Amino acid sequence: MVSPILELTDINKSFGHVHANKNINLKINKGTIHGIIGENGAGKSTLMSIVFGLYQANSGSIKINGKEINLRSPRDSIINGIGMVHQHFMLVENFTVLENIILGFEGETVFGEKLQKAKEDLEKLCQTYNFNIDLDATISDLSVGFRQRVEILKSLYRGAEILILDEPTGVLTPQEVDELFKILRSLKDEGKTIVLITHKLIEIMDLTSEVSVMRQGEMVGHTKTEDTSKEQLAEMMVGRSVLLRVDKKEIKKGETIFKVNNLSVKDDLDVTRVKDVNLEICSGEILGIAGVTGNGQTELLEALSGIRKVESGSIELFGEKISDQNNFLNPRMLKEKGLAHVPEDRQRMGLISDFKAHENLIFGYHDQEPYSKSAILNNKEITEYSNKVMQEYDVRPNSPNLITSNFSGGNQQKIILSRELNENPKILLVGQPTRGVDIGAIEFIHQRLIDMRDKGAAILLASVELDEILSLSDRIIVMFDGKIVGEKENKNVTDRELGLLMAGVA
Amino acid sequence: MSNIVVDKSKVPWWVSNVIVPLVNLTLALLVSGLFVFIAGENPIEAVKLIIYGSFGYIQGFAYTLYYTTNFIFTGLAFAVAFHCRLFNIGGEGQAYIGGLGVFLVAINLSFLPVPIVWLLAIFGAFLFGAAWAYIPAYLQSKRGSHVVITTIMFNFIASSLMIFLLVDVIRDTNQMAPHTVKLPEEIWLPSFEAFSGILGIKIRYSPLNLTFLLAIASLFFVWFLVWKTKWGYEMRAVGHNTQAAIYAGISPHKNIIIAMCISGGLAGLLGVNEILGVSHKIQAGFPAGYGFTGIAVALMGRNHPIGILPAAFLFGILYQGGSEVTFEMPNITRYMFVAVQGLIILFSGALENLFRPQIESFFVRRLNREVNA
Repeated sequence: MVSPILELTDINKSFGHVHANKNINLKINKGTIHGIIGENGAGKSTLMSIVFGLYQANSGSIKINGKEINLRSPRDSIINGIGMVHQHFMLVENFTVLENIILGFEGETVFGEKLQKAKEDLEKLCQTYNFNIDLDATISDLSVGFRQRVEILKSLYRGAEILILDEPTGVLTPQEVDELFKILRSLKDEGKTIVLITHKLIEIMDLTSEVSVMRQGEMVGHTKTEDTSKEQLAEMMVGRSVLLRVDKKEIKKGETIFKVNNLSVKDDLDVTRVKDVNLEICSGEILGIAGVTGNGQTELLEALSGIRKVESGSIELFGEKISDQNNFLNPRMLKEKGLAHVPEDRQRMGLISDFKAHENLIFGYHDQEPYSKSAILNNKEITEYSNKVMQEYDVRPNSPNLITSNFSGGNQQKIILSRELNENPKILLVGQPTRGVDIGAIEFIHQRLIDMRDKGAAILLASVELDEILSLSDRIIVMFDGKIVGEKENKNVTDRELGLLMAGVA
Repeated sequence: MSNIVVDKSKVPWWVSNVIVPLVNLTLALLVSGLFVFIAGENPIEAVKLIIYGSFGYIQGFAYTLYYTTNFIFTGLAFAVAFHCRLFNIGGEGQAYIGGLGVFLVAINLSFLPVPIVWLLAIFGAFLFGAAWAYIPAYLQSKRGSHVVITTIMFNFIASSLMIFLLVDVIRDTNQMAPHTVKLPEEIWLPSFEAFSGILGIKIRYSPLNLTFLLAIASLFFVWFLVWKTKWGYEMRAVGHNTQAAIYAGISPHKNIIIAMCISGGLAGLLGVNEILGVSHKIQAGFPAGYGFTGIAVALMGRNHPIGILPAAFLFGILYQGGSEVTFEMPNITRYMFVAVQGLIILFSGALENLFRPQIESFFVRRLNREVNA
């Protein structure tokens, strides 16, 4: 019997009335990769933040190597050999790798011998685990995958024995994910313990030896990975069985609705991000755009929805030219022509987090009847409508007067979707519809998009989730460096194939 | 650094909107009391004098309300712009130019029926104030020149422009001082003592006049505009998240202009009180710092009309009660009360979040205990 390196007993944590962790018990064995899986808002991140000392539990105890410890801050955790790699990296962009790693680490100075010593130690670490990092490179020059390695290296250098990774693959290409997994496996082989927080079942199956499942703040099961299956885990996560593939009727393709000719678009820094793109979308069809974030999808969607200026080329809707470099319709006018847009970044663009839910439900439609008459907002109509759609889209909690930032990510997304789909658009631009959304809601959102397609809407779907693209799209295009590098009918396409296109290798 | 994390959704509205401002205010007053003590006077006596001066007799109370009127206008002016996340520091200049608007309309159209002259003069005040705010607004939205900088500069420009006009163009040529002729008496706004005269109460002169009701109406107007109309909705959208506003087809350019013009217009209404109601002529420097104090009023009132009314009233009390204190206590100068105002601005504006987390978490914990018990 191996004694657990980390043992949590009866951990409880509440935020106000929200019981984020209820009587959590967890044992993590030394030298294993332990997966913690659960929907968004299940309490995974809260639990790990307690282990990392960011939050203090209301009750319960934490033992490391059988010894009870009191974690008051991340400093205590680091001393006790716990390291954490956050979803959003905590790196200083204009510092070098070396500078970032020694930053704030006690006993080090940025001058002379000690720095040399630190550098040597780090180089040794890099070699042991095959990190392949240039310590003198500036962070801003590194790709996301490498930045993540810097974070891991930082934890290791500070003596981490237990490494917690919070949703590490969200921002990586499939190839980068492979690299990361290689590193994690070699860490395990060297005797380190890894805790992997994720909501992606594939990663759990691929990588972990043990898995714990959380649902609504409770630990609902522990199992060895080899004894379970994806379907079983998914069922435990949501408390019922879910469809992992969407049922989809045969495509009924109509006429071409939307046409983009030789489109180029620049970003705010005057860099051309979309280069000479041509595409067509027909009614009744979902066209998926696959690609790693930052390869022009954002700018493409913004140009198509009238937010961003067209640099050259043109856009046609129903055979009528709506935008070229000289003039373009603003989002309001496009809405009137039947275009709806679910933006990629809901916090930044899709809604106003300080507004109440009902105010966001009419956002962009606020000056139309019945929501406002001669410039005066009609509260009664807005509340009635809000109650109706919040019920229809199962937005929880169903309270139109709650400030939007108090809703979970998935429910915020439902607010946007209900708003944009409610008007029965003829063309729908969707960016990352399920980013940060839990499985139950993903299923619901996918079904809505399919319904829209069956009703004859033309849908352009941009997503970094290959699974999503593969399960929803009728046709797939891949963007790399602002160009379309591949177009395929969605028949027998593998994620491998797309992954290579996305990385610009094929 | 404190580690207190408060779940904002659990904080009752009255804690963040009533308790916290009251604590900040109390602290400011305690520190002010210390100043009074150092100056060699009894702080308790000073408080008594303030209360007596502002409430103790009807004329004093009328003065308090007169100051309140001015603070409501300038406080609302700042608040409206702030909902679009614009720091309009130019209330002072906009009020000054607004006064010019009142005077020009009233003196040139005085042949019209009196109520119409009033309405047109109010309109003139609003229009001139709005026009003065339009230029910084345009520069902000089209050129990206920050309104904080431009509105401050426009205060100086307004001041110089008015001095020029008052000395060289519209001065009452029968005397040397930089002020205009008086408006004809029949178009003066009815004063408080005229009203009380009708009711049979005789009181001595006070500057309180009908404009007070205009200020109350303005409170309703701002509330309605910001929360009940699509314009207010769009202004708030631009203020909270410009990117999202563009996504929804709301023009930031247009809304910055609208918010600033309404803001400037409200500041301009101060001219109605001062010129149509009190002095009946333009005097050099008549906005006398109300525009700046309005910023504190708005911050204390949390940019909501319901908060701005008591905040304006509080500053009214300080102005009126303060002059009573300086009159009775020789060691306390007028500048002491400028310091008191400064302390209130410091505690309720700049240090607003000094105790907020502690107070909020205290109440959240207590309320939870009640719920759990």
